[in-house]
Amino acid sequence: MSTRRFWVFIEQEEGHIHPVSWELLGVANKLAADVRDEATAEGDEVVVEGVLLGEGVESLAQEAIYHGANRIYLLDGPVFKYYRTRPYSKSIAKLVKKYEPEVFLIGATTLGRDLAGAIATASHTGLTADCTQLEMGEVKGAKHKLLLATRPAFGGNIMATIVCRKHRPQMASVRPRVFPMPERNPAAQGDIIREPVMVTEDDAMATILEIIRNEGENVNLEYADIIVSGGRGMGSPDGFALIKELADELGGVVGASRPCVDAGWIGYEHQVGQSGKTVRPKLYIAAGISGALQHKVGMQGSDFIIAINNDPNAPIFEVADVGIIGDLYEVIPEMLKQIRAKKEAQA
Amino acid sequence: MFHALVAVKQVPDTTNIRIDPETGNLVREGVPAIFNPYDAHALAAAVEWKRKLGGKVTVVSMGPPSFIVTLREAIEMGADEAYLVSDRKFAGADTLATSYVLAETIRRLNEQDPVDMIFFGKQAIDGDTAQVGPGVATRLDLPILTYAVKIRDIDLEARKAIVERKTERWVEVVELPLPVMLTCDKEIAEIPFAPLPDLIRSLKYDPEVWTMAGPVEFDRGQVGVRGSPTIVYKMGTPELPEPGEKINTREVGVEAAVREALAKAESAGVLSAVLGGAK
Repeated sequence: MSTRRFWVFIEQEEGHIHPVSWELLGVANKLAADVRDEATAEGDEVVVEGVLLGEGVESLAQEAIYHGANRIYLLDGPVFKYYRTRPYSKSIAKLVKKYEPEVFLIGATTLGRDLAGAIATASHTGLTADCTQLEMGEVKGAKHKLLLATRPAFGGNIMATIVCRKHRPQMASVRPRVFPMPERNPAAQGDIIREPVMVTEDDAMATILEIIRNEGENVNLEYADIIVSGGRGMGSPDGFALIKELADELGGVVGASRPCVDAGWIGYEHQVGQSGKTVRPKLYIAAGISGALQHKVGMQGSDFIIAINNDPNAPIFEVADVGIIGDLYEVIPEMLKQIRAKKEAQA
Repeated sequence: MFHALVAVKQVPDTTNIRIDPETGNLVREGVPAIFNPYDAHALAAAVEWKRKLGGKVTVVSMGPPSFIVTLREAIEMGADEAYLVSDRKFAGADTLATSYVLAETIRRLNEQDPVDMIFFGKQAIDGDTAQVGPGVATRLDLPILTYAVKIRDIDLEARKAIVERKTERWVEVVELPLPVMLTCDKEIAEIPFAPLPDLIRSLKYDPEVWTMAGPVEFDRGQVGVRGSPTIVYKMGTPELPEPGEKINTREVGVEAAVREALAKAESAGVLSAVLGGAK
């Protein structure tokens, strides 16, 4: 009998869990379920386990158990207070060697991308980035089910399913909001295993001298409920004033298409799409965005999409629930007027 | 003297990739090949610091012979030397095999002339994986700073650099020992206009081409398809959702078009947080 381990990296900074960690625990449980029959038949055990690093973060380990981990490996120490590539990747690579997980999922955040590439190389295994579908499936010639990791390629024009036949763990990174958040179950039980810290400050080869926090509000596109995005069809960067007015009125945030960001009209943190953020708000309003595939890949998971564009053939209309063919400089002011009127009528 | 090494890649301009609406096939014709934008900014930063400190910039790329165009562009932008690592046996490399070839090449270039700083773009826009930089640093056991946005200082005497890194939550100011690798975002440096001598030199410049035959002794089992743990198992076209309704303001007027769109959003329940419960 052996143990088939499905691992998730539990990402935290200053004690704040990145929610993608919980989303990945949800996926890992689904993957574990995919192989449960196969494992039972062979007398194997299947477990979902989390790897958590930080300083004074034991309480977060308990939260991870409530979100679906059967066991947490905890590396707690001052050297892990802030993320640095070497202490994190070297420590985790050692754990990988010790426990030999079958699958290892990591959030495709700035931290997670940095970490995943280093661990995969140190472990000499395959890593598929930005997966949008994951399942354990039968592959011809393989004794056990393998991770089928599907991701958009060529700017979203093609979906490619990648497998890693021989090397372990089978690693995948997944963007925030691609998978749903699992239910928190405060009755869930699990173990917390404290692992010895084997790296020292000297191994870090990086000293954080200062952290400059964002003065303004952080743009939290990925977890916004309402997003109003502007595109090149606005004609000039001034159009974002109107976009922002609508976003503010709706309590939402401002998004943008890649050409606007490339042209310097607005910061990268607003970019939605394959090369920006993946979003899935309740409402997504796309104004003056033609709908290049790479943009659609990042927003088509939204619950409801309103597209505003002058061109009746703009591809953005293919994914919109409602398309308004018209001039955004007429449509948005009218939208503001009607929303304000509705709000007043309710007050 | 400062020796910077910059890894660059030629990529298809993904903004211009389209699907043929009639056949549903990928249209590859006429898609221009460009200098990966993040690599261009990384190179600009390397050139800027070479001009401040004195020294040279070496550029390296792995890819087919068509990448020579990109390496000439790098010379035009101020690089001093360029190397192309190119062999049919490298084809089909995933990020692990790519990082192997680049790491071994950089190791060799470092033996010829020790490198102080290695620059990568934060990612290439064709794959967007951001895996090769951290992979190369891991193989070379070098310190690495990803998402670098500003080089504050490079001190060749004290053998250290101070660099800013932008994450989703904040900007970190980090001190690192040399040699170090940076993967760079666009803010790292503006791309300057090429001075005329660089432009003229680039026109006739032929990068040195290294292959499986040498001078680096590559392990055949670690390059190309053989050295890649991942394979593409299958390809498919993405599922497209059913398109919704289109309302033309030229037919019904702006006021009616907006009213109808908002009514649909309200009945879908997506405006409840703004306007109260769905009607």
